[in-house]
Amino acid sequence: MRKVSIVGAGMTRFGEHWETSFRDLIVEAGVKALTDAQMPGQDVQAIFGGCMASSRFIAQEHIGSLIADQVGLKPIPSTRCEAACASGGVALHSGWLAIASGRYDVVVVGGVEKMTEIGTSRAALALGGAGDQEWELFNGASFPSIYALMACRHMHDYGTTEEQMASCAVKNHANAVNNEYAQYRKKITIEQVMNSGYVASPLKLFDCSPLTDGAAAVVLCASEKARKYSDAPVEIFSTSQASGTLSLASRSSFTSIDATRVAARDAFDHARLTPKDVDVAEVHDCFTIAEIMAIEDLGFFKKGEGGKVSEEGRTALNAEISVNTSGGLKACGHPVGATGVKQAVEITWQLRGEAGKRQVNGAEIGLTHNVGGSGGTAVVNLYKRGD
Amino acid sequence: MKDALPLIWRRSKERYRLLGNRCQSCNQAYYPSRKICSKCRRASKLVPEEMPKKGKVISFTQVFSAPEGFENEAPYFLALIELDNGVIILSQIVDSPSERIVIGAPVKMVFRRVFEDGSQGAIAYGFKFKVE
Repeated sequence: MRKVSIVGAGMTRFGEHWETSFRDLIVEAGVKALTDAQMPGQDVQAIFGGCMASSRFIAQEHIGSLIADQVGLKPIPSTRCEAACASGGVALHSGWLAIASGRYDVVVVGGVEKMTEIGTSRAALALGGAGDQEWELFNGASFPSIYALMACRHMHDYGTTEEQMASCAVKNHANAVNNEYAQYRKKITIEQVMNSGYVASPLKLFDCSPLTDGAAAVVLCASEKARKYSDAPVEIFSTSQASGTLSLASRSSFTSIDATRVAARDAFDHARLTPKDVDVAEVHDCFTIAEIMAIEDLGFFKKGEGGKVSEEGRTALNAEISVNTSGGLKACGHPVGATGVKQAVEITWQLRGEAGKRQVNGAEIGLTHNVGGSGGTAVVNLYKRGD
Repeated sequence: MKDALPLIWRRSKERYRLLGNRCQSCNQAYYPSRKICSKCRRASKLVPEEMPKKGKVISFTQVFSAPEGFENEAPYFLALIELDNGVIILSQIVDSPSERIVIGAPVKMVFRRVFEDGSQGAIAYGFKFKVE
């Protein structure tokens, strides 16, 4: 297997883009990534694009062709990857394999979602498709309620509190203040989260990531040729994807996501590293309880301590481990298909020392963690500055 | 889900009677039923089996922001329920005082209307649970 590096990264602002179309978003992100790599378009040999539910959000399929066409790169192969909210992560994993295998030298990986074209209840239904349509949605389960069931059990088993969950949202909003691409660039307080009203108890509105439009892209290159395009390539030196059951009820645990644990163990084993080696991590906080479970399942903290350590500030910027410096899904926004790629963009900036006021001091090892649905898919990647 | 008549028809027995199945090779029970056993795969021997109609709550939530089709029912309770044979299912909890909906609460299955496809479409029936 060949080594694979990121030589270019770019993204659109995340938020409500009523004035911009789906295709314009993905073109903007792609052009920014290629410009960052100072790479002529003809060097790109393949495209992998993450997109969850374009058919539900904008009634458009065949996204692979749409992207290649709109960025002017036809006839190269262009493939859509779908794994609900992990679509971007799976696209990244697929693009990585395409280069590592030796088939291509340069691949662009993009992610995109345009979620505000339809109303909130229809959007909720579309996102619910990440779960089990026949046995979860049929019975009235919404996506927040699936995570609420995990939160309720986590509180019961480990004494996690609503205030501890709220502290994740407060921390992520504080990080987003310094991210010009973030959807919500304002601080919030524990009290505001606590008073934001239940969506599905114990989760309140400010425990939930928003509906977002946005796109992100990275240019992947065989590491041996990366210096041709970048003075500061970022190597993805380990990537792992795992599957879990589609429905929550079929799981062996409701306070942990098996697919995350499997992918993390595999990624760390391949890299011969431990979770302690990670300086900066973008984890999948679609809900605050998801961040708490993530920092436990990834091995940063012991099972059951995620709420407590979040409240103590140990995951804040430049604390013990900097988690979700971009603002995470909560405050940077969560255009579902784009999120897994955006995480890689943020880590690239962090490892290149370009993250401005949210820069993690001396960041050398980065991690991204992208989850589909309630844990049906998980992708964990490890990054370091290239040779 | 709208326009889901074949799905409603196909799953009716499973939903009305909690009909799942069990693998005779490894004794694992499934609800909903599976075509092959996840453990034994092609060596599985699955036979239909009705699940027990009683169990206990292992987690719950009260849904305030309902997905399309359930707006009129909000707020409503949703729970993970461990049936007496150990199988875990997701169901609504109805007809129960909210203070009694707690982890560990004993529940039993009731037959209820689950989903209406607008004023003209099919009505889907199935299980919900209530606290005993």
